[in-house]
Amino acid sequence: MQKIIIELINRIAEVINTNKDYLTDLDRTIGDGDHGVNLNRGFSKIKEDAGGYSNLSDSEISNKIAMTLISNVGGASGALYGTAFMKMAIFLKGKENISKNDIPDIISVGIEGIKMRGKSDVQEKTMLDTLVPFSNYLKKNIQKEEKLNIIFSEALIKAKEGRDSTIDMLAKKGRASYLKERSIGHLDPGAASSYLILETITDVLRGKDI
Amino acid sequence: MKKILNNVDNIVDEMLSGMIDAHGNLLDRVDGRNIIIRRNKKIDKVALISGGGSGHEPAHAGYVGRGMLDAAVCGQIFSSPGADEVYDAIKAVATDAGVLLIIKNYSGDVMNFEMAAELAAADGIKVDKIVVNDDVAVEGSTYTVGRRGIAGTVFVHKIVGAAAEKGYSLEELRKLGEKVIDNVKTMGMSLEPCFVPTTGRKSFDIANDEVEIGLGIHGEPGTHREKIKSAEIHVKQLLDEIFKHSNAKTDDEVAVMVNGLGATTLIELYIANKTVKEFLDEREINIYKTLVGNFMTSIDMEGFSISILKLDEEMKELLDAQSDTVGMKNL
Repeated sequence: MQKIIIELINRIAEVINTNKDYLTDLDRTIGDGDHGVNLNRGFSKIKEDAGGYSNLSDSEISNKIAMTLISNVGGASGALYGTAFMKMAIFLKGKENISKNDIPDIISVGIEGIKMRGKSDVQEKTMLDTLVPFSNYLKKNIQKEEKLNIIFSEALIKAKEGRDSTIDMLAKKGRASYLKERSIGHLDPGAASSYLILETITDVLRGKDI
Repeated sequence: MKKILNNVDNIVDEMLSGMIDAHGNLLDRVDGRNIIIRRNKKIDKVALISGGGSGHEPAHAGYVGRGMLDAAVCGQIFSSPGADEVYDAIKAVATDAGVLLIIKNYSGDVMNFEMAAELAAADGIKVDKIVVNDDVAVEGSTYTVGRRGIAGTVFVHKIVGAAAEKGYSLEELRKLGEKVIDNVKTMGMSLEPCFVPTTGRKSFDIANDEVEIGLGIHGEPGTHREKIKSAEIHVKQLLDEIFKHSNAKTDDEVAVMVNGLGATTLIELYIANKTVKEFLDEREINIYKTLVGNFMTSIDMEGFSISILKLDEEMKELLDAQSDTVGMKNL
């Protein structure tokens, strides 16, 4: 799986880089205006290091990604995305031959980590509004389809709906929560960045017809 | 926007290098890390660590030294440092008496400092934490992240720092810290946003004749906007809000901090303080100590905050204790 993970990392890093101003602008409206810059700093570092990942296990790669995000992104998003990869690393430890049916569990473990670290759940205008519907759809439907990219594509529709649902939400977590009613009417930057990540993963799977 | 900078990616690193060059008699830096520690480390007393995003200078590195903090972890501009860096700070100054983390209540800071505390606890280091949430512009609620930590944090550094120097235990320091936090209330306002060098942009847009009331120290918007009025009206407005939450009343003693956000002149801060004094005199609340200056800034924001700390004998004595840091000498 290392090869795909490395390709995924590189593609995600490119997409975050391309979209850093978009994410920063979203954050500038209801946060402190650095989400794109911070994520880009972390993912660029991962991309830089990814060359050295090829001899590592899935768990070790996940752990490297976690530590790089925690130390280079900083802020809440570094801690949250970092925790997700750290939990996945623990889950993957000692596991070999990951099969298609393991994928929803791996993703779900990461998302549970985000809930725990952020003391948050859906409906609070955060990245979880994108991630949880995606993960739930995968879990429920993994058996019904052979091709992972088709299930991911369907799950991505749920993620998009979830992302867009944050526009009308009142923020309860993160800096946007200080705005109270004024947070309504704006897309959550974390929901947007996590959608970009899921979309990129789906694109890569589609391209490989996995 | 013109700024004296070399490379926006190295702002914090270069600032800390320059700081050590200037104050090497007091301060040291953990190698390769954005962590400032005391030159003469504590041995058997509780070590205090604070930090968070940079851009609030002199907070927090400016409060490292005898009588205040033992370490400051300096994140990128307005971004919490990562948990690994906080963990390294804990390891750098931990003593057998333990470590107390003083965290400003922002999601990123709380998450990263908590992760670091978990890592340190796994090493057998005694760690505890207090979370400062003095900003009354934000509603306190268990369903949200709650009130932000802003300028009142400096009173926590000073009072808890003095107590740590006197040899208070970790448990006693946490309780004292919570007492200070319960008794300090702050509210701020701004006239102009700050310029965030890492993004190359202003933190928000505001009309020429408008002010933002109740904003935080990262340019995150406040409670509302209105047309600018006189210093007297705005100061009273902030104090009215503060006194909805402060329990300071007639005959109580308080410490006052009129804090500039970076680009506000001392002229304006002293003018603001004049109204603070009048307001408290009218209520027959006694001012034990007044601090006017830039203590917790927001890069180059134009604006200020007012903090009111209701004191008791213990806090008064600790406030008077000696401190020797870059940002605060004896009061």
